[in-house]
Amino acid sequence: MHIVVPLRQSPDLVEELQINAEATDIDRQAAKLGISEWDEQALEEALCLKDGSGAKVTVVTAEGGQAEELLFTALAKGADRALKLAGDFSAPMDNHRLARALADAIGRLGANLVLTGVQSVEDLDGQVAVLLAAMLGWPHVSVVTRVELAGETAQVKQEHSGGVSAELEVRLPAVIGVQAARRTPRYAPVSKVRQAQKSAKLERLAVATDGRSGLRVRRVFKPEAAAQAEMIQGTPEEIAAKLVAILSERGLSR
Amino acid sequence: MPAGVYVVVEHLNGQIAELSFELLSAGRQLADARAGKLYALVLGAGGEASGVAGACGAADAALCVDHAALAGFAPEAHIVQLAALLKERPPAVTLVSNSSKGMDLAPALAVALGVAVVTNVAGLAVEGAKIVATSRLYGGKIAVEAEVEGGAAVLSLLAGAFPADKGKSGKPVAVETVSPCPQLDNARVAFKRLERPEAADIDISKQEVLVSVGRGIQDKENLALVQELAEALGAALCASRPLVDMGWMPKSRQVGKSGASVKPKVYLAVGISGAPEHVQGMKDAATIIAINSDPKAPIFDVAHYGVAADLFEVVPALTEKLRALRG
Ligand SMILES: Cc1cc2nc3c(=O)[nH]c(=O)nc-3n(C[C@H](O)[C@H](O)[C@H](O)COP(=O)(O)OP(=O)(O)OC[C@H]3O[C@@H](n4cnc5c(N)ncnc54)[C@H](O)[C@@H]3O)c2cc1C
Repeated sequence: MHIVVPLRQSPDLVEELQINAEATDIDRQAAKLGISEWDEQALEEALCLKDGSGAKVTVVTAEGGQAEELLFTALAKGADRALKLAGDFSAPMDNHRLARALADAIGRLGANLVLTGVQSVEDLDGQVAVLLAAMLGWPHVSVVTRVELAGETAQVKQEHSGGVSAELEVRLPAVIGVQAARRTPRYAPVSKVRQAQKSAKLERLAVATDGRSGLRVRRVFKPEAAAQAEMIQGTPEEIAAKLVAILSERGLSR
Repeated sequence: MPAGVYVVVEHLNGQIAELSFELLSAGRQLADARAGKLYALVLGAGGEASGVAGACGAADAALCVDHAALAGFAPEAHIVQLAALLKERPPAVTLVSNSSKGMDLAPALAVALGVAVVTNVAGLAVEGAKIVATSRLYGGKIAVEAEVEGGAAVLSLLAGAFPADKGKSGKPVAVETVSPCPQLDNARVAFKRLERPEAADIDISKQEVLVSVGRGIQDKENLALVQELAEALGAALCASRPLVDMGWMPKSRQVGKSGASVKPKVYLAVGISGAPEHVQGMKDAATIIAINSDPKAPIFDVAHYGVAADLFEVVPALTEKLRALRG
């Protein structure tokens, strides 16, 4: 069983994002990049499958930025193999290009199962998991919170609204868009990441990046809120007093 | 010849999903702007589809397909069927909601049809033959205006962006039954069963007052702080999704897209950023109060009252004041 886990870098939303001068993208130089949180969940689910049934886990990511750190961290957590994908990833917000690159890589690496994040925070032209599956001609299921392997199939749990979920059986090979792993993602201590940096080797694979979204980004901007909250200011005590007054007006502070 | 607008209608137990009414509403607007027709597409099994199709009064016509493989939800069967149906019609705009189903459908359908896809769409405009979509990305913090090259696309609409009311109409609609495509018989994804949520100690959708906690609380130990606030306020405690995923709060307490939708009198959001998936579940609360240290957090766009301050300072002060009042 070979599981490939595509990882992507995405900006940390805790930091304020800036827009580039042409207003065609966020300012990626200024953004703090890290692993996309759903990809981290996908990696965890893959590693749980490895722990349980001895699957082999390969992680791949587009070259540049924090790519090496992402890959070494994944190796420190237990991934078996790590590759940097080389190609033209300069077009911002183009998941078709990324999916094309991944499809090319997976075609050559071979895989029974691809686990990746259900989404990223910058999906303008479709989620990568589904685009990738469509390009490979494989079945896919998104918003998955559990994957169990059973021979040539995977049993997955897909979440819907209102706490309802569906159990589906998917014939492999398949792509699964992971929403949450069965457990909180494991943590790789700095010492283990350093050790991986010293002992492990990252491979590099040149891939086709000729996918196109068919969209032209006209403008990237910070939206004006239609309505804004009335902001309450003061010391914590003053704020608390004002909140109590608002709650009392609604008969809620008993 | 203006191309039609097609809406993929979701339903459960014979009821049209609220999000699908939002699609019908947006679709109506788009079809009228392009002087085209609006079609509702309803897939299902056991005769359910035609009944649902008949309730899509905002559309000019409804198309329904009935087949055992379309029961419940197996993405592949729905994609194959929709693609087969849409390939026979002129290039069109297809609207899908960004639900779990929609996340599987939109990009796959676009690839199958060879058209563009736009995700997280919160605004739509028609400029001549062009479609211009505005998406909300980065947890709702950034908007991107994109033009679709060529006139055809699959658009996945963000929940709550278009008014559902305008998609509801008691008007009779002609329903056409389309025969299922042959590929349905060998789908690789099989639907096994639906799991309903386990009965919980309290039903958060029935509470008048909710204190809701997010990742800003930082540590499981700190939950005591908001628990005390909830008690002082006579409120139930609920949470954003990450806290449930981390196992800090039970699933039954999750608010949002994949959790519960709530409409309390007061919703007090503590350390929640206001990502679209969370907002979807609480935007209709009568009064929303948000405490978040980031003054630019999108939660302040839906809140009525905002406090841009450290929750670790404001929450204990508020709890203390409420306790003092109760004596
Ligand atoms: C298919 C799908 C379904 C989803 N369904 C749901 C759902 O049902 N419900 C849901 O909630 N999410 C859902 N999500 C996840 C959603 O996208 C967000 O990731 C999530 O809502 C973020 O939760 P949060 O606001 O608690 O965390 P964050 O976005 O991390 O926000 C934490 C906030 O705390 C603030 N903060 C930090 N420290 C302090 C402090 N000391 N004092 C005050 N404020 C502080 C920060 O400024 C920040 O705004 C779903 C995602 C997907 C892909």
